[in-house]
Amino acid sequence: MPIDAAAEVIANHPLSTDYNVLALAAPAIAAAAAPGQFVMVKAGAGHDPLLRRPFSVFEVLRDERGAPTGISLLNKRIGVSTDLIYKAQPGERIACLGPLGRPFTVVDSPTEAWMVAGGVGLAPFATLAEALRARGVRSTLFYGARRAQELFHLDFFRGLGVELVLTTEDGSLGERGRVVTPLERRLAAQSAAAPVMIYACGPEGMLAAAATTAARFDRPCQVSVERIMGCGLGGCYSCVVRMRNGHGGLHHVRSCIAGPVLPGNQIVWD
Amino acid sequence: MDLSVRIGSLALKNPIIAASGCFGYGVEYADVVDLESLGGIAVKGLFLAEREGHPAPRIVETPAGMLNAIGLQGIGVRRFIHEKLPELRARKAIVIVNICGTTVDEYVELARILSDAEGVAALELNISCPNIKEGGITFGCSLRGTFDVVSAVRKVTGLPILPKLTPNVTDVASFARAAEEAGADAVSLVNTFLAMVIDVETRRPKISNVVGGLSGPAIRPIAVRMVYECRQAVKIPIVGMGGIANARDALEFMIAGAAAVQVGTANFVDPFIWPKLFGGIRDYMQRHQIARIADIVGTVDTRARDNEWISS
Repeated sequence: MPIDAAAEVIANHPLSTDYNVLALAAPAIAAAAAPGQFVMVKAGAGHDPLLRRPFSVFEVLRDERGAPTGISLLNKRIGVSTDLIYKAQPGERIACLGPLGRPFTVVDSPTEAWMVAGGVGLAPFATLAEALRARGVRSTLFYGARRAQELFHLDFFRGLGVELVLTTEDGSLGERGRVVTPLERRLAAQSAAAPVMIYACGPEGMLAAAATTAARFDRPCQVSVERIMGCGLGGCYSCVVRMRNGHGGLHHVRSCIAGPVLPGNQIVWD
Repeated sequence: MDLSVRIGSLALKNPIIAASGCFGYGVEYADVVDLESLGGIAVKGLFLAEREGHPAPRIVETPAGMLNAIGLQGIGVRRFIHEKLPELRARKAIVIVNICGTTVDEYVELARILSDAEGVAALELNISCPNIKEGGITFGCSLRGTFDVVSAVRKVTGLPILPKLTPNVTDVASFARAAEEAGADAVSLVNTFLAMVIDVETRRPKISNVVGGLSGPAIRPIAVRMVYECRQAVKIPIVGMGGIANARDALEFMIAGAAAVQVGTANFVDPFIWPKLFGGIRDYMQRHQIARIADIVGTVDTRARDNEWISS
């Protein structure tokens, strides 16, 4: 059962003029959240903006004894709600419903985990990387952004022993270009006998490229999709993804309850 | 305190119903709300066959509202009866099945099938969905079409029938009258207002269907006015809806003339809204010393105000 918390803002860490990390006190949600799950967040009081917005759980915050105390959100300012979340002040309360959706399936060693993140699509990978680390899974993060200043939390992933493969569109850090390029190279170099699970989250074009590239090399790929959601609970049918149903037909699947993590090879990419 | 209301032969324990299209098939919400506690659940509109609906994006937010064009994605009536109705029945939900057809015969067939199913309390006839090309609203925008669908369904079912009216007509009250004359037990109104949102940067509509239905608090005053107009035009009960976001909004519809109300968009914002609505209504009844909530229906006092300042 999802929990509806009037979560107090503990801290707001701006990362750039567009990105911030908002820390919320929500112990029950934090305790229940699995990597890849999301929360529905209501920015501001009143009717405008009206609807909640879906956010991946970015970090599970813990006290000194390791008990979950809250969660953080990785936010990028793109509209009214995300602007309010960018500007949220400690002490404010934000309605936060979750955890929701189907999480990532976390692999076990000796399968390697390759995470592919584009921009704000980094969000679900902090908790996934922790879960992989706990299982001793060798992990790599392919992480692309527009420029060096928009590649965040690199030390966090390094601290978990995650190998980083970075790309920027302007070449200011890592390889110049798109993140799927080094992924494809690595896939080509990987022995077919060595199992790999690919996890992807980011813009739709990147997801499509990651999923089709993985499929071309016959590797499984779990993608975390982002859709405009009305409710997050399966009630409104807004957030559908077109998928193959296994019988040659196509089906609109609600990404809030069947996802947000979905098998990349079953999604019909536009 | 008595929160019970009647919609024709349908007795509800309270006047708050989950609106069709905003509550899935009900079972999606079984974890967050006691389904039995609701006055009723109007499930997502059903055709005879399964439908995939429109491509995404299907919704866009507007000031104090939202625009949707889902396109009546649904599992079809037979799968509903086999896969959803048993759980709804087990949870003691009062199930109002919203049905939609492209022809009068399809409405009749749906009504026949559902009349034989165990656990259906009433039928809401969707003659008002603005988002599909055939059926639905084409009946709801014609007095003749409204009369034909309702009278044809009336002949084949003993279940209470509630045509759901569209606000996208000049005079909703005349459609309520047509429904009443055709034998409807009640009317529910309003469905969404046909509307459009354009992204000025790309000059593209923000939803794939180009136009969609507007719901949410933005439409509430218009919906209240339409309920008020229909109250004066027909004797059958009215189920009112349109932007209800709290108990006061629900009471406003009832005072305007609704015997019961439906809550839709607000459930997206707060799926835990239901007990708050019941509590708010109880508080109001206590404050105003009202023993039976049914007693406030249609009690709006529209007499001219005394001592009114009149410009001369």
